[in-house]
Amino acid sequence: MEQVSLGTMFWMTVAAFLTFCIFSFLYRDNPFYRFAEHLVVGISAGYWIAILYHTSLTDLWIDPLVASVTAFGTAEGSVAGKTGMLIVNITPGAIGVLMFSRFFKKTSWISRWPIAYYLGVSAGVALPLYLQGFVIRQVAANMMDPRSIFGMIFAGGGAADFFQGIGEIIIIIGSICGLAYFYFSAEHKGVFGGAAKLGIWILMIGFGATFGYTVMARISLLIGRLNYLIEWVRALNGFFGS
Amino acid sequence: MRREVPLTIVFVCGAFMAFQYFVPHHVSATIYQYALNWTIIIGIFTLTVGIGSLINLHYDRISKRKERWQYSIVTLVALAYMTILGLLSPNALQDPKSLLMTMYFYVLSPVQATMFALLAFFIASAAYRAFRAKTLLATLLMLSAVIVMLGRVFIGDFLTGWLPEGMRFSDVARYILDYPNTAAKRAIYIGVGLGVGVTTLKIILGIERTWLGGGK
Amino acid sequence: MPNDIWNTLMNLDRRWVYLVIGLVTFLPILVTVDTPVQITSEVKSVFDRVESLPEGTVIMVPMEYSPDTMAELQPMARAVLRHCFSKGLKVISTALQIQGVLLIEQDLRTVANEFDKVYGEDYVFLGYKPYPDIVILNMGENFRLPFPNDYYDNDLDDLPMMAGVSNYSSVACIVNINATSGVDSWINYANGRYKADLALGVTAVIATDYYAFLQSGQIFGLMGGLKGAAEYERLIGRKGVANKAMTSVSVAHVFIILFIIIGNVAFFASGRGKRA
Repeated sequence: MEQVSLGTMFWMTVAAFLTFCIFSFLYRDNPFYRFAEHLVVGISAGYWIAILYHTSLTDLWIDPLVASVTAFGTAEGSVAGKTGMLIVNITPGAIGVLMFSRFFKKTSWISRWPIAYYLGVSAGVALPLYLQGFVIRQVAANMMDPRSIFGMIFAGGGAADFFQGIGEIIIIIGSICGLAYFYFSAEHKGVFGGAAKLGIWILMIGFGATFGYTVMARISLLIGRLNYLIEWVRALNGFFGS
Repeated sequence: MRREVPLTIVFVCGAFMAFQYFVPHHVSATIYQYALNWTIIIGIFTLTVGIGSLINLHYDRISKRKERWQYSIVTLVALAYMTILGLLSPNALQDPKSLLMTMYFYVLSPVQATMFALLAFFIASAAYRAFRAKTLLATLLMLSAVIVMLGRVFIGDFLTGWLPEGMRFSDVARYILDYPNTAAKRAIYIGVGLGVGVTTLKIILGIERTWLGGGK
Repeated sequence: MPNDIWNTLMNLDRRWVYLVIGLVTFLPILVTVDTPVQITSEVKSVFDRVESLPEGTVIMVPMEYSPDTMAELQPMARAVLRHCFSKGLKVISTALQIQGVLLIEQDLRTVANEFDKVYGEDYVFLGYKPYPDIVILNMGENFRLPFPNDYYDNDLDDLPMMAGVSNYSSVACIVNINATSGVDSWINYANGRYKADLALGVTAVIATDYYAFLQSGQIFGLMGGLKGAAEYERLIGRKGVANKAMTSVSVAHVFIILFIIIGNVAFFASGRGKRA
């Protein structure tokens, strides 16, 4: 590893110290952990402000607003057009500013207006698209040709085909039974109860797979931090060893 | 005024955006594009309010000397410092050597990453202390988890390499992911899709009003 | 007497478990062993699609991860970017997760520099805007609506690479590297509304959720966690961080399974199973 500068070494050590502060929670809650936790909350909020200001507010609101104001000083375009653009550019910010009314008890109800706008737009776009993506497309994927499924199972094409055919039946029946389990408007007994029971079995196998993958995810994150500490020790070694 | 106006806004915006999907006329498309951009701009202010609430919370803890109030000073000083770094320098987000970048990569990043790395220890502890094969369902969950865990790494096939292809851990794990797992997740997603559909419709029609909060 | 052993195991301080899992994860990192990684069809199909694109094609690689999930997704993102740049593809990227903007900018810049790529000609970073679902929708209309300027404050029309690139229909496909629930918005909005050809690279925690979309054809490929990254690294012939980590992952998995077994044996042998 190439030798790092004093500044980089200092900051790498800060990062390693903070890593140990957080890991110390494994032993028990302690002031080092709490310090690091509170520090990062503040750093994170300040970082958000910087990002929101530089990448979003200036780009989408301040710059177009300034441009539409300065446009009045030029000869191009009609006054009506310029006024229209000014209104279009000023309105979203004006609605957004209403959010700050939350900080005052008497006026906090005004903050419902921007929330209503956001909620209305989000709900409106989500309504058809979530039904299409999560319901219609998923149900359509279950509409498999039974001839091809039974062909795979009974045509003697080998074990792979046989198990694939069985698997596709598992998808069709499993997803219907899984939905039956989530349907609570009818009592889970008789044929329906049997379907719901099969459904919960399938769901448990699915959750088991998710658990297995979650273990992999968590271990990966730990490996990431351990890799960093190894890198830090190597950097220290290179820095003081040379 | 306090309830009727927001409910009307929700209805008009929601109904238009849903309607626009089916009528992609260029006029409605233009309004749709503006409406989306306005949402992003309003969103910037909403997020800023979140930061304002954070400042309020910590200021309150300090001023009332609540338990562990000293840590709130750390939070507020860090917030102020990072804000100054971010707002005073126009190149703070572009210069890899800026102090804001340094704070991000050497303070924010390690703490966040390590907080999530702790979960590896907690999941190991949960596996040891809470993962019990008490019922058929719990056993199914456990078997599926164990097969997927072994099947996705080389040890699974190392242990079952003597079996014919198609019966090794990796093959069974693959089968679980492709079929029963797909069936389970499909049931969940169809449920989620129906749930989103119903909830959004209730919001647009003003039946679901919890977002208005308490008060008049 | 044996009952005492089981009871002791049942009441074992959780910190012993922490110590064991820490050690079994740490020690294999120090040993360089090239463990086999089986290539799955869902990762191969992402690779094949990217591989099939002719030089100069525009591809979109939006990345939404942050320091908390970078251990999983950074190796994956870098592998995909390396593949794109080595093939001479032009890359458009966004970072719609606020905590990860600087990290993603660094990843993109680092990999682009490895291949001597020129900003604005070979790749463009649009950066961040809040509310990913709305941004995804508006990019489907035109990239210039939510992003009049790129991350570095350049007008998109001033960037040579963006000439003629208006929305998702101008990109060959989207390979979304994502650690958030925003994945659903990419599926429902980018693919659902704008018919964008979509593949996902997600954290292992949420990877299993998206097999249903793979089977339905809403996505054409899926990479899950560090294992997905390790597979992609192998496919591009450049083993990196993900492959090195697979030994640790394997050993840790075995120990977690041992924990489950020991915990269950102790539970039933100590008689608590009957009481339960």
